[in-house]
Amino acid sequence: MQEQIVQMHVNGKPVSGKVEARTHLGDFLRQAVGLTGTHLGCEHGVCGACTVIVDGDAVRSCLMLAVQADNCEVTTIEGIAEDNGSLHPLQEAFRNNHALQCGFCTAGMITSLYAFLSENPNRSDDEIREAISGNICRCTGYQGIVSAAKEAATKMAKVRN
Amino acid sequence: MKASAFTYHKPNSLDEALGLLESEEEAKILAGGQSLMPMLNMRFVQPETIVDVNGLKELSTISFTDRVEVGSLVRQKTLATDRIIEQHLPVMREALKWVGHFQTQSRGTIGGSLCHLDPASELPMVALLYDAELQVASKSGERVIPIQEWGLAYMMPSIGPDELLTKIFIKPWEKPYGFGFQEFARRHGDFAIAAVGCLLKLKNGIITDIALSIGGVEDVPRRFIECEEELRGANYDIDEIKQRIITPLDKINYLDDSLVTGSYRHKLLKGLLVRAIEQAVTRANSV
Repeated sequence: MQEQIVQMHVNGKPVSGKVEARTHLGDFLRQAVGLTGTHLGCEHGVCGACTVIVDGDAVRSCLMLAVQADNCEVTTIEGIAEDNGSLHPLQEAFRNNHALQCGFCTAGMITSLYAFLSENPNRSDDEIREAISGNICRCTGYQGIVSAAKEAATKMAKVRN
Repeated sequence: MKASAFTYHKPNSLDEALGLLESEEEAKILAGGQSLMPMLNMRFVQPETIVDVNGLKELSTISFTDRVEVGSLVRQKTLATDRIIEQHLPVMREALKWVGHFQTQSRGTIGGSLCHLDPASELPMVALLYDAELQVASKSGERVIPIQEWGLAYMMPSIGPDELLTKIFIKPWEKPYGFGFQEFARRHGDFAIAAVGCLLKLKNGIITDIALSIGGVEDVPRRFIECEEELRGANYDIDEIKQRIITPLDKINYLDDSLVTGSYRHKLLKGLLVRAIEQAVTRANSV
């Protein structure tokens, strides 16, 4: 069994650990780093629940090896809120719009939308729906999620200007 | 749903990568990982060795001289926003709208799409439209393979176990021409049930040249030569087009499975083909 040492910044903090090469990033974050906010659903890239942000890009953490994230900047759902605990506009909007029911898909929805809206918050409804087409909500709460994304996008656009 | 154990190598140069592919038995190349990682996780593949080529920066560039040269490691996300691609290969950008999701395009590569060669894969369809040439390298040298000879069978490209796809050469069509790309999948970003790519030149209402590629309907994406022959030189009249495509569409041996029947794929392909041609004609007329 081949183990390798990986180092990365997760939510701004340096972490390192010894992993088998076959360990994907999602398992590393959950088991070695202890950040269980990232949820693993299908583990073959279809459900989007495990989405995290690596060097600015939203990626499926089940489709990337932990060793491939060596020296990368990783943001998980735990890193979306401010350090002082105040919620990000997306998180507030999810609460306001009842955009989560069981919550399993929520981390992936928020990290996906965070990357998508941070790049450009001025998005149409269709673009928002397309952006989360790679995230499955089995409670079928999409209406609330889209409403939340729109509310957050408006706030995020104001902050940018 | 966890990969079996493997030995992991991350070469820093092409030469080192090719050396590993030569010396290691049962090595799989890991590029963007958006197809290989699911297959590893589901243990459809259990390689002894993984050669991670993500460190090969020399394969990550796009350039243009008299043709577009795309490194095999260029990410789909980059293709979707690159100026050279936008200017010279507009149908590629159109096709990328159907490729997975932005969370997979951030990792997925053009070389990965070509080598994985899923029947429903869009980027091979684009390469087919332009008669692209693929350069593969091994320790014993380089060779260039025309895209029409690339797909041997279901998910089986014409590449040896010691070879690595390094560059894709694509000669753009001379402007003006129109382009279209149409696809249908159960969910946006899912595997296409059927897809059509089209390049077309129009002069005085006559289709003077046309390239068509089809995906999702057979084991391997391919050029739809029989249909091109029917349409080249034809009057652009939508009723006439619909007549002319009947025979070529009938001759396809459609994939048929428990979820999607062959006859459904047949009907779908017909509709998408007409739409792709109409889309290309509209664009040909607007330039």
